[in-house]
Amino acid sequence: MTAPQPSRAKFIRSAIQTGLKPLAERWGSFSRTRFGSVIARAFSTNAAWIFLLLIVLMFIFNFLAPGKFLTEFNVRSMAENVAVLLVIAVGETFVMATGGIDLSVGYVLLFSGVTSAQTMNWGGRDPTNSGWDVVLLGFVVAIGSGLAWGVLNGLIVAKAKVPALIATLGTLGMSWGLAEILSNGQDLRYLPTIIADMGASRVIFDKVPLVVVVAVTVAAMGAVILSLTKFGRYTVAIGSNQEAARRAGINVDRHLILVYAMSGTLAGLAGFMSLAIFTTTTISGHANDNLQAIAAVVIGGTSLMGGVATVAGTTIGVCIPMVLFSGFTILGYQSFWRDVAVGAVLILAVYTDQLRRRRRERR
Amino acid sequence: MADPLLQARGIVKNYGHVEALRGCDFDVYPNEIVALIGDNGAGKSTLIKILAGTEQADEGEIVLEGHRIHVGSPFEAMRLGIETVYQDLALAPDLDGSANLYLGREVMMAGLLGKLGFLDNKTMRAGARKAFGELGVDLQNAQSAVANLSGGQRQSVAVARSVAWASKVVFLDEPTAALGVVQTARVLETVKRIRDRGVAAVLISHNMRQVLEIADRIEVLRLGRRVARFEGKGATIEQLVSAMTGGIAEEGAA
Ligand SMILES: Nc1ncnc2c1ncn2[C@@H]1O[C@H](COP(=O)(O)OP(=O)(O)OP(=O)(O)O)[C@@H](O)[C@H]1O
Ligand SMILES: [Mg+2]
Repeated sequence: MTAPQPSRAKFIRSAIQTGLKPLAERWGSFSRTRFGSVIARAFSTNAAWIFLLLIVLMFIFNFLAPGKFLTEFNVRSMAENVAVLLVIAVGETFVMATGGIDLSVGYVLLFSGVTSAQTMNWGGRDPTNSGWDVVLLGFVVAIGSGLAWGVLNGLIVAKAKVPALIATLGTLGMSWGLAEILSNGQDLRYLPTIIADMGASRVIFDKVPLVVVVAVTVAAMGAVILSLTKFGRYTVAIGSNQEAARRAGINVDRHLILVYAMSGTLAGLAGFMSLAIFTTTTISGHANDNLQAIAAVVIGGTSLMGGVATVAGTTIGVCIPMVLFSGFTILGYQSFWRDVAVGAVLILAVYTDQLRRRRRERR
Repeated sequence: MADPLLQARGIVKNYGHVEALRGCDFDVYPNEIVALIGDNGAGKSTLIKILAGTEQADEGEIVLEGHRIHVGSPFEAMRLGIETVYQDLALAPDLDGSANLYLGREVMMAGLLGKLGFLDNKTMRAGARKAFGELGVDLQNAQSAVANLSGGQRQSVAVARSVAWASKVVFLDEPTAALGVVQTARVLETVKRIRDRGVAAVLISHNMRQVLEIADRIEVLRLGRRVARFEGKGATIEQLVSAMTGGIAEEGAA
């Protein structure tokens, strides 16, 4: 019983090998062509596989619910629903590229929304008919609040050397608590109609929500900065080997502060966008934003250890949970199946990253 | 003999209870290859790190071209023309060879794009190919992350990086430890070439034959102090070994 097994295993293995050999060779010669090497490089990253997964999911849902899933209405509402998350996930990508983490984003978003709304409600007046000056002030306050929390995170991480996980857990609690204290736990529902109009407005042949355009612009800029500029290069260099970056003369502390400040600022922008979309502060609506953003970044192929990150991957990572949610809902399953599926994808993403690291460490 | 280019005087460095350097002196003269040798734990790497600004001395002073200098950070050392190949290489493993070569000194695009922070990757890749070529390293896939290179290739990337930028002194902490015969010869050739370019080279190595072959002078550390100095010509392996292991009296005490 035991004796023939090794030889059978060997036979099977050699059969597979001889069967795969021509394939492998063809792949090998293909990957040496110019186009092929681009493809090969792309599929050595997580982002390409995740993109494939997204396409397959959309295909499956469209097949199972024809005429319901890939409709203009559903695509638009999915895009609108991920816009806010995408903005904070872009900032989170930069933070995680440095090997850090920002747990505070969801509550900094909330805090910024609250301070912004309260500024526009200053003195208890009804801001419904306020002009652009008030709206602009509210915008500046939202951005400024986010920036302030981000700089604080950066200082605590870079200068006080408190690990990012704890530093941003601390500011998560602080920003959450202060948002509740400032608002008395009550949602502010009176906002200038200009903001509500912005949240509801559509551009590009009256089809694309303005908030989606804003989010996509943020993502595009983030992608360009991360992959083509010195700022992006330093960001991944620090995540890859902080000591090497320091020895190369890079001002690591300053750069880390800038990266956390950027994450906070984007959370502030997201807070304002959230006001525009929901026309209220939605105090209880952001409990999971931070974890969703982190999950999106990780699913998108950014390494938990830092050093490897793409904004394109993050964008796909934001979309996958949304597609799952929408698909399961349309098919009549409980939307909690999304959480089950996203959890599995998340683990898979980190597992493949670990595999990649282990493979290269063996050299 | 000319005045020293770089001098360390009475450097003391403690790590908690470990006395890594106990009043260490060290001299580098212009246009020379000086080997810094000593047993494991003698303090060679620590001394280099202090001279390169990655560590700060507890006591002692550093003199460059007759002026006392303060090397508060690697950046300051680099600005003074001092480059280092660290024993632990200090590369960013997720970046490619060219990105590592130019880390901290990126070439920017011309004009407005450059001002906006856009990198000129094409120029940097061409420069990297040339620099690696001189070291006899053929990076088959120049865009592959440094982590995917062999240990020797990685070492060559680190050497190329320092050699390319040094204008006064380059420290090489065991730069040939992981290299094959051909690459070792190339690195040593490169060390000679930078000396001929007017840059002093400090070579840390445990390979005595290599040291005798290439060094103009040899300085020996033991237990955090300089204990002996030799001219490269005429020294023998026996002399070096006995100096490293305490077979001869300490310099100064003698
Ligand atoms: N960061 C540190 N923390 C604590 N001790 C240290 C540290 N760096 C060096 N040491 C100690 O200082 C002493 C000198 O170390 P150093 O690395 O300078 O030796 P070395 O001469 O370079 O040895 P090797 O030939 O093995 O590289 C050793 O005893 C070492 O354990
Ligand atoms: Mg050493």
